[in-house]
Amino acid sequence: MPGSAATVRAELIGLGGIIERNAYLVKRYALWEVAFFVWTVANTLTIVFIAEGVEASGGSLDVNRQTTILLIGAVIWAYLGIIFEILTETVAWERWEGTIEYTFMAPLSRSVHLFGMGIFAVVYGVARAGLLFGVIAFFFDLEMPQANFVAALVVLGVSSVSFIGIGMMTAVLPLISPEKGTQLGFIAQGMLLVVSGVYYSVDVLPEPMQWLATISPATYALEGIRDAILEGTGVSDLWSQLWPLVVIGAISIPLGLAVFRRGELYAKQHGKLKRSG
Amino acid sequence: MSHTATLTTSISATNHGAPAVEVSNLRKEFVRRDRRPGRPRKRRVPALVDVSLRIERAECVAILGQNGSGKSTLVRLLSTLLLGDGGTARVFGYDVFSEPRPVRRLINRVSVEASFFKKMSSVENLSYAARFYGIPASETRTRIPMILERVGFPLDRRNESMENLSRGMQQKVALARALLTSPVLLLLDEPTTGLDPRSKLEVQNFIREIRTTHDATILLCTHDLAEAEALADRVGILDRGELLALEPAAKLKERYGASDLEEAFFSATGRSFELEENNDDDWRQ
Ligand SMILES: Nc1ncnc2c1ncn2[C@@H]1O[C@H](COP(=O)(O)OP(=O)(O)O)[C@@H](O)[C@H]1O
Ligand SMILES: [Mg+2]
Repeated sequence: MPGSAATVRAELIGLGGIIERNAYLVKRYALWEVAFFVWTVANTLTIVFIAEGVEASGGSLDVNRQTTILLIGAVIWAYLGIIFEILTETVAWERWEGTIEYTFMAPLSRSVHLFGMGIFAVVYGVARAGLLFGVIAFFFDLEMPQANFVAALVVLGVSSVSFIGIGMMTAVLPLISPEKGTQLGFIAQGMLLVVSGVYYSVDVLPEPMQWLATISPATYALEGIRDAILEGTGVSDLWSQLWPLVVIGAISIPLGLAVFRRGELYAKQHGKLKRSG
Repeated sequence: MSHTATLTTSISATNHGAPAVEVSNLRKEFVRRDRRPGRPRKRRVPALVDVSLRIERAECVAILGQNGSGKSTLVRLLSTLLLGDGGTARVFGYDVFSEPRPVRRLINRVSVEASFFKKMSSVENLSYAARFYGIPASETRTRIPMILERVGFPLDRRNESMENLSRGMQQKVALARALLTSPVLLLLDEPTTGLDPRSKLEVQNFIREIRTTHDATILLCTHDLAEAEALADRVGILDRGELLALEPAAKLKERYGASDLEEAFFSATGRSFELEENNDDDWRQ
């Protein structure tokens, strides 16, 4: 049917538009991006130095291995931060600039709009996470003789589907609570990581938190990526991490879209799309 | 590529024979928090009260109203950005609440605030916005400079970030953004408020030009009496959310036995027409 083919074409052009807009923003805020990256590096260093610190104060541990474990945790933390920030902050940012009404009254479907943001977030986030990993590994002269980076990237890619779904749910927060919505997004990020074994094994967590760990996609992402980088585990042996990620992803995307849609309806009912009345 | 060519494609997507806008008994209320002691903490304040109106295709209707009278609320309801609390609103036969998608393809809007990503240039802002309407880069590359030129935007500044541009220039870019998508219904919400006299005149002249070169329908909300009279076929008076009258300016004056629109407004509402400084909704206190 030519009608529906034209619609698909229009949606794809719209998807490109979302990515194009985010690329313009990165370009226009390039200096800020550099500063933000430096901040992330500093932040990551404070965590990654912990292993050496423990050894210096008399603890005995495999510093190289422990440093790598911390590094992976810190990089995932930063990656998740970017995904949530791009999804949540762009809604908040659009409210602030006043463009949100123009974006929401355009004929682009909301799911394509949100997918566009998700795709950009992943591409940008992976590039940034790779760079961060490289810079810190170089700094510490880390040795990862067995590392299977391709498998690690596959795990990161599959887990990103779930992260985008959760990001869609947090993206709705600035629509419902214009003042504090963005901060609530940060809270969600922290909660997700604390139960997922970001710098430690989930076994050390109390029982209820361990239960939460089993439904958090970040748990499987961290496990899988650590196995791939520390033990050199290949994709085919990471199935026990990949299948939960696929399941959580398959649930979280439709859930994320539904939550966002409800939030949008709420915002339209109560006049919350715009910053001020 | 001519604008008329793209306009016709949009028109073919409209429901045949339906008026451009058909609103009946439309109501919208907002919940307002009130911190003053002795009053209920939350109250519902009406923004639109049983508004009914009909705009024919290719017509230009101006809605006159003071700050807080409900003009923007009406525009937002028609732009699918708000849900109503009663009544119906149709754009070219499509229900704006239950069929927002086809409505969105047919409309665009210019509001008081220019609303752009301020660090991005006008071309960047227009480019991504056009994509949301399915217009590819191959088309915008030539059309954006063309439209910017038509609205009187200095082309040599098209790659400068928006924050360096004057209000008047930003408003021209807002007009360009709306025209870029070839809307069949153009919603103009105080497009000249706060502009310097010269930019104001330029924008008004351009609205007049759109009227003669396209057969787009225009809903112009304004609190500029002269602008309403000069540009519109019919003028409506919106007061405290109620549409008191909607007819040609001459008839309006005749009905209220007034020599000008200001007098007519006074007779209709019982209050004088004050500009700008009138605080949002003093009348509700
Ligand atoms: N999003 C909103 N939330 C709460 N109140 C609102 C909102 N939008 C408009 N109002 C209120 O509704 C009334 C009409 O506002 P509006 O439509 O913006 O008037 P106008 O555009 O004519 O100045 C005002 O009292 C305004 O404060
Ligand atoms: Mg207004």
